[in-house]
Amino acid sequence: MTTVDKYLKHPAEWLHGHGPEGDVVVSSRIRLARNIAGYPFSERLKGGQSKELADRMAEVVRKVPFLKESDFFRFSELSELDRQFLLERHLISREHASEKGDQAALVTPDELVSIMVLEEDHLRLQSFQAGFNLTEAWKIVDRIDTALEEHVDFAFSPTLGYLTACPTNVGTGLRASCMLHLPGLVLTKQIQKVLQALSKLNLAVRGLYGEGTQATGNLFQFSNQMTLGQPEQEIIENLESVIHQVVEHEKTARQYIRSERKIRFDDQIWRALGTLKTARLIASQEAMSLLSLVMLGVDLGMVKGALTLQDLHALFLLIQPAHLQKKSGKGLDSTERDSSRAALIREQLNKVSL
Amino acid sequence: MICNLCGSNAATIHLTEIVKNQMVEIHLCEACSEEKGTAFSTHFQMADLLAGLTEPDLAAGEKSRKPEKLVCASCGMTYEGFTKCGRLGCGECYTAFAKQLLPLIKRVQRSAQHLGKQPAKISPETRSRHDLKLLQERLRKSVQKEDFESAASIRDQIKAIQEKSKKPKKG
Repeated sequence: MTTVDKYLKHPAEWLHGHGPEGDVVVSSRIRLARNIAGYPFSERLKGGQSKELADRMAEVVRKVPFLKESDFFRFSELSELDRQFLLERHLISREHASEKGDQAALVTPDELVSIMVLEEDHLRLQSFQAGFNLTEAWKIVDRIDTALEEHVDFAFSPTLGYLTACPTNVGTGLRASCMLHLPGLVLTKQIQKVLQALSKLNLAVRGLYGEGTQATGNLFQFSNQMTLGQPEQEIIENLESVIHQVVEHEKTARQYIRSERKIRFDDQIWRALGTLKTARLIASQEAMSLLSLVMLGVDLGMVKGALTLQDLHALFLLIQPAHLQKKSGKGLDSTERDSSRAALIREQLNKVSL
Repeated sequence: MICNLCGSNAATIHLTEIVKNQMVEIHLCEACSEEKGTAFSTHFQMADLLAGLTEPDLAAGEKSRKPEKLVCASCGMTYEGFTKCGRLGCGECYTAFAKQLLPLIKRVQRSAQHLGKQPAKISPETRSRHDLKLLQERLRKSVQKEDFESAASIRDQIKAIQEKSKKPKKG
């Protein structure tokens, strides 16, 4: 058993579904990009420097009170599956997961904080919260950043702020993002309008696993584009005010579905449940789309019983390829994965009867 | 789902792109995706975007098409290298390529002045300069909102900092 396996036992703390606006906003995240002064950025580190930096970070994080209990995973000691597993839990990025050199990742036991070491920038500090709670996520990551600064010097310019490998992150180095579940806007075909409006507001919308990924399961990740010229609080408040409006639109759409399209929607949910509870093979894309419908059914009180949002959020994670393989304890080919995914879903959904 | 390109293999790679404000879904099989290099598309788009943004300024400078060989003395990164990969080599690159980078940053970020958090360790002089910029920005905003009461109090704070920074010079 590798060290990452212990995380398999619990769904991440921020997936509990009880956060503010938890029926629409699954989770909130703040990421800070930082580089250690006196070294080139990650991609241009010379022989020995990257190991030196990783070793130094391993040592420094032990001195930060909030991070004392955390795990420090060196990628040289992780398998590809382990890295994929961390990626599925959003603890590291896709780009980071594809590396296997001196890169490392720090994860706190509750998974509310992770630090990617030697990503595009030397450090990417991330803090997660359940529901719509960017402010709390910012408070935590700000405190950790301040504590780290006591031990290392970050590359900083009084005019340009924190210096980052890509000029799109320079300044605050802050990316605030929220994962929104928007089945109402998708089903009522309003999502395009919302996305168009957002692109004018300099906000980015991405899929479940960030840049370049598809919005599967009606999950959309909203984040700020600009990182310079505004204090952190203001960047966060701007994003919050937009998300507030999207949440309101989503709620209106859901009410419309419940009152005006009840029969058709009832049919959709129960067909989704029927498929999920009987399928012997299911791909993750199909599973997520159907689970999204069931989530909406639970939220609108049309699926009654013991099934909770928390169960469904956890399922979204457990049916991902690396999670299935970790759970079964071996590598699975695509058909085997579809089969074990279907079995897992049937087991988890036995709380609802057709 | 069948691959949009070859129309025969099962699509395993699903991309969503925003083209002219429309969300477009593309489904590809592994072979076609590899051929198209979609795995790197975001990376390249970013590099193209950044490179594209700087071009008008270079052109405006003079019609000479020969790219200047700008090199960062600290890490050896060339400006040309940056336009290709979209990433700088080190913190010093921001100074070495300042002339090219600043217009680009202004366009991407709409500002070139950091107003956020700063490390606790920076010199008091830098700190007060930073505070001053932050206050001036707030002053501008409150005047815009016609909130003259806060504007007056911010103006007093600015004065206080300016007074303080004058004193050591005299002494």
